[in-house]
This record gives sequence, structure tokens and C-alpha cells, in this order.
Amino acid sequence: MMSATITQEDVYHALEQVMDPEIPVLSVIDLGMITGVEITEGQPVLVRMIPTFAACPAVSYIKDNIRTVVEKALGVAVTVEIDKQVHWESNRMTATAKEKLKNFGIAPPPVLEGDVRPEIMLNTPCPHCGSEHTYLRSPFGSTLCRAIHYCKSCGQVFEQFKPLE
Amino acid sequence: MISNAALTDLIIKMADDELIQGHRNSEWTGLGPVMEEDIAFSSMAQDKIGHAWALYRILHENLGGEDPDRFAFMRPENAFKCSHLVEMPNGGYDFSLMRHFLFDHAETVRYESLHNSSFEPFQQLSKKIKGELKYHTLHANAFIMQLSKASEEGYARMQTALNDTIALAAGIFEPSAAHEETLIAEKVYPGEKELYHRWLDRIYPVLVKASLNLPDMNTITPVYGGRQGFHTIHLAPLLKEMGEVFNLDTEASW
Repeated sequence: MMSATITQEDVYHALEQVMDPEIPVLSVIDLGMITGVEITEGQPVLVRMIPTFAACPAVSYIKDNIRTVVEKALGVAVTVEIDKQVHWESNRMTATAKEKLKNFGIAPPPVLEGDVRPEIMLNTPCPHCGSEHTYLRSPFGSTLCRAIHYCKSCGQVFEQFKPLE
Repeated sequence: MISNAALTDLIIKMADDELIQGHRNSEWTGLGPVMEEDIAFSSMAQDKIGHAWALYRILHENLGGEDPDRFAFMRPENAFKCSHLVEMPNGGYDFSLMRHFLFDHAETVRYESLHNSSFEPFQQLSKKIKGELKYHTLHANAFIMQLSKASEEGYARMQTALNDTIALAAGIFEPSAAHEETLIAEKVYPGEKELYHRWLDRIYPVLVKASLNLPDMNTITPVYGGRQGFHTIHLAPLLKEMGEVFNLDTEASW
């Protein structure tokens, strides 16, 4: 068995293969959903995670995916726990994740300095043409984490991953 | 030591409000006046039912309560502590929108107040929910202003909706005769009276921008009773419908 030599780095590396089911270009690492990994001799590897939105319907699916992907990659037993001490905020998303998101056609959330104010939902750069000549059409989109915007320059409706405190 | 009975009472009323309002919002799925509104009410339904679940889970894990699903679907009507506001049928979009505006601002001041609660599980939950609620109130404020300023008909309908919902909404803040003083003294939350005033301070500026007149609150009699288990005729059929699938096989694992 490999278990004796598994490091935290191995686990994080394996976690890069666990994609978000709603945004398949982003991994749970990109999204900042992992809050800790614990390796204790003789026990399953413990992965702690947090959902992006409290009522995200994909959470149990992602939990299962983390377990099966890491178990398969490293050949060890894995337990996944929801971390109640940390809550997800959009600032946890990595810069790479934001770039991938934009290329996927979803506007990334802006970096938050303080609270979310309605103004920051205006003039969101269009992921298709880059124009800031846009307006918020609805703060709710096809999933809880998305809002709908309209670009007046290229005439396209686009979604944004909402900033969250 | 905070009294378990007092905490349980507070959590049940918050959670039941979220669950019932969530179900009312979900009834707009497929029926919204425009597609974005259909999606908005459905998303808010999902959020609210998720918040109810989080609260039932706190009850289950921290206070020895029942399994969240069983608790949500298997209680008799008089064990529910939701306010009459959330029980009301959706009515037209005007009524539903005004209820959403009044309810979501009430929720916002409530969760903000729990940020420093002496009951630790409230602290984390309130931070999470507070951020999400911003989008609910952003949506409500925008539509209240847009519709009130759109036309004479829009204005009249929003003012009527406000007049029709305000006493019900004031009923959200029904204090508990048995537990209110304990919860305030133990610093679990600041109490319903305080939240009521914070809520008025929150809704008033938006109503002014929308040129709507808040009725004189001294002449309004808040609609109480829900928190004590006395409900309108609308709750029983809703509970029956909500629990219909669950009650087909209460032991099934989903």
C-alpha cells in the first residue's frame, strides 16, 4: 500500500481532478472549496470542504466525487467533512479560476473589498467582448451562484459568478 | 447556560418561516410574469428551503432535535411556528413581491443580529446567510422601485399590496411570552421589538424612493398567533401538499 507515503500535496494534487458539476472547467481547488486535509496514521484521509452557497444542491454530489476521485488516485480510504468553521466567499476563488471562468463564458466575480454593494453588480465586463457597457438583468441565474447580465455592445446575455461575502 | 427550550422555540419559528416562504416562492416556478422572475423566485425558494434545512440541522445536532426531514414534514399543523404572512397564498405578483420585500428585509436584520450571538452555531450560519440575502433584497428593492414608478396602475397596485401586507409582516415580530426575556438576557439575539424597529429603519428609505406611503404603524395591529401554533386556513393544505411525497414512505432513504 502507498498509504504510508501519502502527503498533503498528493491529496491536493488529486483534488485538482475533482470538477464542479455545474462549471466543469473549475476544480474544487480552483473554487477555494477545500479548507483542509488531515493525514493521520491508520485513519482515512480527512478532507474538509465548504459549499459555495448554503443551499447548493450539488454539495453531496461533490462530496462523493471528492471521496471517489481521491480514493482512486491514491488508493487510500477518504472521509469528506463539511467544515462549519469557515464559510465560502468569492475572494477564495483563485486568479486562475477566474481566467478559466471567463474563457468558459461566465463573468468572474470582482475582488471584494468589504461588503457586497449593489453598484458592484453594474458594468460587469462582458466575457465575450470585454465591454463594460453592460447592465444587471437579474441577480438570479441558472444556478444559485450566478446572475444574468446583458451586454449592450455585443448584444449578448451572459451569466456572472456572483460575488459573495 | 442558555435555555434549550428558548433556543428551540426561536430556531423553529425562524426555520418554519423559511420553509413555508420557500414553498410559496417555489409556487412561482413556471408561472413568473417574465422568465427572469420565474428564475428569481425559484432561486430564492431554493435558498430559503436550504436555510430552513440548516436551522433544522442545528436543532438536530446541537439541541437533540429530530432528523431535519422528519421534523419538516411530519409535524402536525399546530407544531408549526411560522408567521401568518408566509402562509398566505401567493395572490398576484404584486402581493408576492411586496411580501418578499417585507419578509427578506426582516430576515436580513434578524441574521445580522445573530452575527455576535452567544449561541455559537448562529454566528457561522448568519455570516453565510447574510451574504446570500443581499441578493434577495437587491432584487426586491429594484422591483419595488421599478413597478411603483412605472405607471399609475403599477403605483396603485404596489401601494395596495403594501397596505394589505403590512399588518401581516409586522406579525413576524411576535415576541414569545415564555422565552423572549431569557433570549435577550442571554444575548442570543436582541429581541423582536428591537428587530422590528431595525426592520422599519431598513424598509422606510426604499419605500420613500418608490414614493410609497408606509401606513402609520401606530394604527396597525400586527397579526399574531403563528408563533403560538395558531394558523390561517391556508397552512394545513400547504403542509399536506408539501409532505405528500415524503409521507408515501417516511422510511425511504433519498
